[in-house]
Amino acid sequence: MSTEHAEQALTPSGYITHHLSFNAKPIGNGSFWVLNYDSFIMSVLLGIVVMGLIWWVARSATTGVPSKGQAFVELIFGFVDEQVKNIFHGNRHSFIAPTALTVFLWVLAMNAMDFLPVDVMHHFVYAPLGLERWRSVPTSDINTTFALALAVWILMIYFSIKVKGLGGWIHELFYAPFGGAKFFKPKSAMGFVGLLLSPLLFVANFAFNIIEYVSKPLSHSLRLFGNMYAGEVIFLLIGLWAATGLTGTIFGAILGAGWSIFHILIVALQAFIFMMLTVVYLAMAHESH
Amino acid sequence: MNINFTLIAQAIAFAVLIWFTVKFVWPPLLTAIETRQKEIADGLAAAQEGKSALEVAAKKSEVTLNEAKQKASEIIGQAEKRGSQIVEDAKGTAKTEGDRIIAGAKAEIDQEVNRAKEGLRSQVSALAIAGAEKILRKEIDAKAHSEMLSKLAAEL
Repeated sequence: MSTEHAEQALTPSGYITHHLSFNAKPIGNGSFWVLNYDSFIMSVLLGIVVMGLIWWVARSATTGVPSKGQAFVELIFGFVDEQVKNIFHGNRHSFIAPTALTVFLWVLAMNAMDFLPVDVMHHFVYAPLGLERWRSVPTSDINTTFALALAVWILMIYFSIKVKGLGGWIHELFYAPFGGAKFFKPKSAMGFVGLLLSPLLFVANFAFNIIEYVSKPLSHSLRLFGNMYAGEVIFLLIGLWAATGLTGTIFGAILGAGWSIFHILIVALQAFIFMMLTVVYLAMAHESH
Repeated sequence: MNINFTLIAQAIAFAVLIWFTVKFVWPPLLTAIETRQKEIADGLAAAQEGKSALEVAAKKSEVTLNEAKQKASEIIGQAEKRGSQIVEDAKGTAKTEGDRIIAGAKAEIDQEVNRAKEGLRSQVSALAIAGAEKILRKEIDAKAHSEMLSKLAAEL
């Protein structure tokens, strides 16, 4: 292990591979039964810190003049609430708006771990703790983003069935978006034609819906993963350049600073997009066609 | 980059976080914000109400003031009228009183004059008789000339 690590650290590809591999430990037999401890621990820690902070403020929230901390939390609250209000027109306070707040803050915090300088963290924090490999950014792990997207996907189906009933949901799978002939009106001529055509429409509708149900979680998770992963790779490439000599260090530092500043936008934007898509998917599940 | 158990672990963490937010974070914040919003709205409504009440009160006070002014001028007019009437009355009363006093005085004076005349008359007649007596003591008999003397006294 240590020789392998030493070998990796010497070459550029080794450096990148080292920084892009997870602290993965098998917890059972088979390639699925592996847990990426770094992703899991970082995300849970961040979740506890971020939502704990919000909870700590919310617990002692006053209805009078708010403290600066409360004003800040209320600013975030108002921002998320406003976005949800514009998209979802039901009772948003019971579930969708708090979910959006959770998604936004959690993803934002996880994305923000990209600002931690990888090598500094490795040399001064992770290595002293005995961690050879440690990925700081949980959202650059496809498992994390896919877990969130999948959870939203399950919620989407749950709300679809809850709002329209199981029959309504299955009906929509076959009748939306292109429509279909009504079963109980075959007496008129048009109804008869429609009845003959309806199997074709059922197939088209069903195929369309299946594609939608597959593409939603994929695009949802891969968008966030791709952005964060690419951001991390670029930080690593800049780090590589910094290792080539004094010129490389100077320009690497400048570029690294520039990329960090630009990355603030990506971090916030991707968290926002992830939240908005979550709200849009859940709102769509409430609408019947 | 393999899909592994991390997926399930993260999904569970996500579910717990959502539950936590739905249960403990969102409601107190919502309550605080909505209560404050309501308080602010109430305050604004109360201010509006106060403003309109003030306007109504200002209008009312203006009406009252005008009424009072009108009443005051009416009262002043009446008072002036009454004052002049009283003066007139007083003048009239004073005049009649004066006339009465003058008339009384005149009557008294007349009476006095008459009395004095009467006195004088009797005194003059007595004096005349005494004078005449003194003058005519020797020549005229009082009894013989008494008729002429009383005639004389009556003429005086």
